[in-house]
Amino acid sequence: MKVLVCVKRVPDTGGGFKLTADGMRVDTTNLGFTVSPHEECAIEEAIRIIEKHGGSSTVLTLGPQAAQEQLREAIAKGITSAILLEAEDYEFWDPAATAQAIAETVKSLGFDILLFGNESADTCNYQVGLRVAHLLDLPCVTGIKALEIQNNTAIAKRETKDGWEVYEVPLPAVFTVREGINTPRHPSLRGIMSAKKVPIEQKKVTKPASQIVRKALKKPQEGRQLEILGQGVDAVPKIVEKLREVGAI
Amino acid sequence: MILAILEIVKGSLTETSLETVTAARDLAQKSNDSVAALLMGKGVSTLAPTLKGIHTVLVAEDPHLEGYLPDALAEIAAYAIRQKSPKIALAPGTETGNDLMARVAARLNLGLATNCVEFSVEGGSLKRVTRLNWGGSLLEEVEIFSSPILLTLAPHALAAQSADGATPTVETLSLTLTEKALRVRMKELIPTEKKGISLTDAKIVIGGGRGMGSAEAFKMLEELASLLHNAAVGATRVATNNNWRPHSDQIGQTGAQIAPDLYIACGISGAIQHMVGCKNSKKILAINKDPEAPIFQRADYGVIGDLHQVVPALIAELKKLKGA
Repeated sequence: MKVLVCVKRVPDTGGGFKLTADGMRVDTTNLGFTVSPHEECAIEEAIRIIEKHGGSSTVLTLGPQAAQEQLREAIAKGITSAILLEAEDYEFWDPAATAQAIAETVKSLGFDILLFGNESADTCNYQVGLRVAHLLDLPCVTGIKALEIQNNTAIAKRETKDGWEVYEVPLPAVFTVREGINTPRHPSLRGIMSAKKVPIEQKKVTKPASQIVRKALKKPQEGRQLEILGQGVDAVPKIVEKLREVGAI
Repeated sequence: MILAILEIVKGSLTETSLETVTAARDLAQKSNDSVAALLMGKGVSTLAPTLKGIHTVLVAEDPHLEGYLPDALAEIAAYAIRQKSPKIALAPGTETGNDLMARVAARLNLGLATNCVEFSVEGGSLKRVTRLNWGGSLLEEVEIFSSPILLTLAPHALAAQSADGATPTVETLSLTLTEKALRVRMKELIPTEKKGISLTDAKIVIGGGRGMGSAEAFKMLEELASLLHNAAVGATRVATNNNWRPHSDQIGQTGAQIAPDLYIACGISGAIQHMVGCKNSKKILAINKDPEAPIFQRADYGVIGDLHQVVPALIAELKKLKGA
């Protein structure tokens, strides 16, 4: 079994955003980086598939040199190899361009299962996995929260308000994963050490003309006024009052 | 033509579909254009007369269209767009709507702006759209250079409005679906057991974060919820990643989006990832021992203190009141 998992380097935002002076980017001066939550689960799922069925897994990102950090973390967790499609301007690639570059790279590599996050944490486009599937002419199920492989068939489940929708597709196939499909592991110390030595396959890619072009980022208005109800247990009577106001008691 | 691609669930148009119709009518009015809607599914033509203020309703009623068939729906929508060449085609920005439009955009090799909340029409044409980034904690203004323009509308970005007007003309789309269009199809639906009040239905939600420290500590939040009317317990991503709570309890960008009357955030710092999921709460009450925690910038009520003291004291007080 050959499994591909595609991830995106995104800032670990914590409690708030600062934008750059030109308003075009999130100011990442004091921020660390990670991959989107759905993709953390996609990495975990890829590792579990290989642990169970044997074979190899590859993590791929389209991003800057610095994204080696995210690729090596995936390797430290148990992914076999990594591909970096190097583009320092990766934040301004639209989903069609990103999908095109990924599809061209992986089309001849013979993956049985291609995993993506359902949507990236930052731009939330919901498109790259589906576009890659279309370019490679493969079936795609999005937003899955369970995946099982039997012979050459995948049984994927989506969770909806009414219950679990069950899909059965022949491999090769593309899946976009939602957080909750598993609980991602942490890398082991030994994993981290050995991941440093794994060579990363690199290829420079050039951004084609975009169909969707960012003009500005802005913060939405937030209209809450904080009222301090008190310190510690002294605040209890006021909390009770607020619970009464909303009819909770 | 502005084309609204609509979602039908259990034989009815969804609320987000009605919002999409409203946005399509608004865009058509600003650009002096006509409005059409596309209905796909078994027996959907009965819904056409309910769509007032729309000129044409395109109907595709292939007998195969039962259950969720994303590629089949995408084939039909792409066909409708090729046939009618609308200036703009838009669909609801739901999970299924975004999935559908991404498949359509891939087939037509067009750009797609998902989860739009604002449209800027100048001189009769759509110049820019504003869309959600980071689950809605940032807004991104984009220009779209591909044509037709494909969009999805973020749920509840605007309120659905009814319109007057003549009953629309109904036009049947007939195309034969290929085998390939049917290869992704739902095989069965396993209903989930409903237990207790769901996070999205509860009027009061009590959330626990990193400050809870253990799965054990959530028992006191459960007890607090049991003393309140219509209350449920949720958690942050930190709590679900630590296996203190199941992922189904997660409130946030990759979990549930809640809108209760009151959200009580216990030991939650206020990470963007989490706040996206609770920002529609009418009131937010935060209990946190760190007065600098970002959550206090996004809450209505603040209690600066250790939740491990405040919550038990609150439970004791509520029990006393109940006993009285």
